[in-house]
Amino acid sequence: MAKASTASQTVGPFFNFGLTADTKLGRLARDGAKGERIRLSFRIVDGEGAPTPGDAMIELWQADARGKYDHPEDARAMAPDPNFCGFGRLETGPDGTCVFETVKPGRVPGADGSPQAPHININVFARGLLKQLPTRVYFAGERGNDEDAVLGLVPAARRDTLMARPVPGQPGAWHIEIRLQGAGETVFFDV
Amino acid sequence: MGARSRIGGRMREYPRPAAGTQPEYLYAGYRSTLLRAPKQPLIVLPHTLSERTGPLFGHNPIGETDNDLTRQCKHEPQGERIIVAGRVMDEDGRPLPGTLVELWQANAAGRYRHARDDHRAPLDPNFMGAGRAFTDDGGRYRFTTIKPGAYPWRNHANAWRPAHLHFSLFGPAWVARLVTQMFFTNDPLLPLDPVLQSIADEGARNRLVSSFDLSLTEPEWALGYRFDIVLRGRNATPFEE
Repeated sequence: MAKASTASQTVGPFFNFGLTADTKLGRLARDGAKGERIRLSFRIVDGEGAPTPGDAMIELWQADARGKYDHPEDARAMAPDPNFCGFGRLETGPDGTCVFETVKPGRVPGADGSPQAPHININVFARGLLKQLPTRVYFAGERGNDEDAVLGLVPAARRDTLMARPVPGQPGAWHIEIRLQGAGETVFFDV
Repeated sequence: MGARSRIGGRMREYPRPAAGTQPEYLYAGYRSTLLRAPKQPLIVLPHTLSERTGPLFGHNPIGETDNDLTRQCKHEPQGERIIVAGRVMDEDGRPLPGTLVELWQANAAGRYRHARDDHRAPLDPNFMGAGRAFTDDGGRYRFTTIKPGAYPWRNHANAWRPAHLHFSLFGPAWVARLVTQMFFTNDPLLPLDPVLQSIADEGARNRLVSSFDLSLTEPEWALGYRFDIVLRGRNATPFEE
């Protein structure tokens, strides 16, 4: 490696007009997208439990419902769903929340080739974050969570922080809290 | 070659950055980190298809004025017109074509077009302050904009951010994602800025400071500044066993 990668700096509080003005980026699954449609909501809170008021954003990257990434590195002979975009990006509202319309991703191979449990890759950006905070969202109760190699790296007591849960009374709605710091702190990854 | 192909999975790793070249999450000088930096250590993730892929935007059309922030409104914005250009490459210096580069910034008076920016400086009706570009086959991007003003913030007494442009880049993989800031050379606020000073390594800090470039400068029109950006790349050197 001849050069060091450029250093990260915070997005700051005023990124909205540059990065999140296009709210269509909250809709990954267009009409006709295959798979189980879900509405995935996030709430980000800081070390005092206060929600991030519009000065944080979430980026998603996920496979389609069959577990295919729309990227040349995913060389498996499967066509990506043309009605699905694996990337999403939204800022959190005044209450610290945002909602993505997507599908539950299929299983993709892990480092040793065995299937990973369905998961969505997350980057959190915010005022006060000098670089993005990577994490993953898994789905509570999903078959495959028990054998997932990445979840296996996480101390059992903290795995729950990575689990989206169904919202009672709202079919298709899932929710997860991102706790940046303190009690119940979300597990973040060094990728 | 046989031995190499058996360890092909390892060759595809994106190495972690060298110590000090990236900021840590907690930097007390930047007060907002105190309640937002995680306290638990991050868990090191082996790179799977999830990390080695990422969104590609190469087929998205961009508008004619997307990379010219001085032509997005009816009239020209106030301020000093500048050209900012450079190359996006990986750590081995290979150009990264088709990379989406997003840019946003304050106006010449140091005010953002954002509902919660309450700095007592004028908004400019002719400056939106956001643009985007894709790198060409040589990894090159180019923006025309105006030089942003410095502005005060409430991080500490008499705190001022040096003039800066915000950059967002999507490399070829999720792990190469980068959001950063570009500064201007010889700005007296640079040593006082906790955001920039959060980077421990002096060389890494200096690489966020663009350099004046006469060859980019257009006569009778605009000064040129060069800002090259390096995204995390794969280790191209095969392992020897």
